[in-house]
Amino acid sequence: MKHQQRIADQPWLRRLLITLAVAAIGVLLVVPLMAIFAQAFSAGAGVFWDNLTDEYTLHAIGLTLLVAGLTVPLNLVFGTFLAWLVTRFDFPGRKLLITLIDIPFAVSPVVAGLLYLLLYGSNGWLGSWLMDQDIQLMFAWPGIVMVTVFITCPFVARELIPLMQQQGASEEEAAITLGANGWQMFRRVTLPNIQWALLYGVVLTNARAVGEFGAVAVVSGNIRGETNTLPLHVELLYQDYNLVGAFTSASLLAGMALITLLLKTLLEWRQHKVTH
Amino acid sequence: MSIKIQEVSKTFGRFQAIKPLDLTIHEGEMVGLLGPSGSGKTTLLRILAGLEQADSGRIFFSNKEVTQLHVRDRRVGFVFQNYALFRHMTVADNIAFGLEVLPKSQRPSKAEIKSRVAELLDKIELGHLGDRYPAQLSGGQKQRVALARALAMQPRVLLLDEPFGALDARVRKELRRWLRDLHDELGFTSVFVTHDQEEALEVSDRVVVMSQGQIEQQATPEDLYHQPANRFVYDFLGQVNVFQGEVQGQRLQQNQAWVAFPHGSQVTPGQLYLRSHEITLAREPDARAHLPLTIKAVNLIGAEVRLELEPQGWEADDLWEAAISHAEYNAWQPQRGETCYALPMNGQLFVEQQEQPQRLNWSFQEKTPGLALA
Repeated sequence: MKHQQRIADQPWLRRLLITLAVAAIGVLLVVPLMAIFAQAFSAGAGVFWDNLTDEYTLHAIGLTLLVAGLTVPLNLVFGTFLAWLVTRFDFPGRKLLITLIDIPFAVSPVVAGLLYLLLYGSNGWLGSWLMDQDIQLMFAWPGIVMVTVFITCPFVARELIPLMQQQGASEEEAAITLGANGWQMFRRVTLPNIQWALLYGVVLTNARAVGEFGAVAVVSGNIRGETNTLPLHVELLYQDYNLVGAFTSASLLAGMALITLLLKTLLEWRQHKVTH
Repeated sequence: MSIKIQEVSKTFGRFQAIKPLDLTIHEGEMVGLLGPSGSGKTTLLRILAGLEQADSGRIFFSNKEVTQLHVRDRRVGFVFQNYALFRHMTVADNIAFGLEVLPKSQRPSKAEIKSRVAELLDKIELGHLGDRYPAQLSGGQKQRVALARALAMQPRVLLLDEPFGALDARVRKELRRWLRDLHDELGFTSVFVTHDQEEALEVSDRVVVMSQGQIEQQATPEDLYHQPANRFVYDFLGQVNVFQGEVQGQRLQQNQAWVAFPHGSQVTPGQLYLRSHEITLAREPDARAHLPLTIKAVNLIGAEVRLELEPQGWEADDLWEAAISHAEYNAWQPQRGETCYALPMNGQLFVEQQEQPQRLNWSFQEKTPGLALA
């Protein structure tokens, strides 16, 4: 085989680039990640356990799970419908809708939180009317769920749209000509074709729902034991100079992130295997 | 089952895919919808299946109106251009799909489905591949599975969208004979879409030629080829040699080149269309025509020797083509760059503003040079 000399084929340059990349990843990613766990366990496993089972920490974990537990199914259904709509039907404004899906990515989460506060807060347009009905959304868990749903709504749709566009509608049309009804078509043809992308979207949605800070901080009001999610709890503990406590909660989030990455890699591998 | 289409039309946005048209397809007939891309043939097929809703008009299956009937209730077999096999199901599961989604009351038992699938697999000669996935099959095999899947429901109408479009020439030929045999054996009504005139002419009982959303002509392959209704059909059905000229005396003339009108024909200026088998080549012109041509290329492959010819001292939009037998070729040994003369036997004269061509025939003058005006 004729060997063409490319820039990176010079051995010293290749070695230098690899070393730099590994060093950067180490300093920027691995060391901080290790530091979280090191700090969390710095006072021993007993203290770690005490911090973990602290009343407020447990409540924060519970609230975070509630938020993720409501957000994920909501956006799973919403994202699937949206992807279905824009890839299987042609209607005026379709392109615009595809662009609009990305708004939560484009807008800073803090701004998103503020928008919700302005709209649904006690002085807001809708909020004042809701107040009269004795419904409080902001500074309570429903508000947290609302902004989290907003922030995470593109993930599922964004995973599905390119895949469904590429696969086209002909398999579904074939199912219908063979006599399948809408549900049979979805369950036997559409779903198996998109299942891995769908799971991938769910994993990303979940990761973001658990970790969201900015938008939630604006609408939660940071009431300990009431509207404190895990990321907010980390910040509160840190401000209380409870470093070990803060890192204990942070280690939960970091562990969650690691699991997410693992799942994501598995799913990507699985999807690759299916489509190739 | 017969199909009747009445005044059906369809627009996509501002594009009129189908202008209001009528078409009747008889029970057990095999009809080819032939046309260039964008002619509306696939749209018409999808409207028949119910995959597309017509803007106006009515559709009847066996005299029963189905215009508003949903796809799944029309019970037609549809074979998609890209096969559209369910990629996550085995070949056997693909074929069984239609049976398995039947309502419980009509669904055959598991064992019955299995034997039906085995029977169909045998019919498409893929009995040993039931456990494979579509990605593991060749194009021709996929197409046969797609056909078996559609036939599992025993439809009375089979609609096929460019069924052999993506296959290589040999598989294509083999498959279309196989489809024709299957059609004759099972007796369903078939409509298929193609842009390949050879395919349409070979397989169909009747060919419907479409362009720009309307039907240009519907006829048997033989009539279509010999009596094209208009210039479009003539052009679309294969290579054609064109001679455009003005009238001078009894001749159609362009510069020094001319063709004499046969006796009894109407003498008008126009475009003379000659198929490659409607002309002979000679070393000298005769009383019929004076059409000097330079030989540009000689193609020996095939049943005939095909020559590409360039007009000499007159003009045509495309090169001319003629065919001679291998025996003639061996006797004559034409070389590239040599001059020869085309002599017409039959042809169609298209006159400005007139749809129907005038048929010209020189054959009875062939042996009598000098009789025509010279």
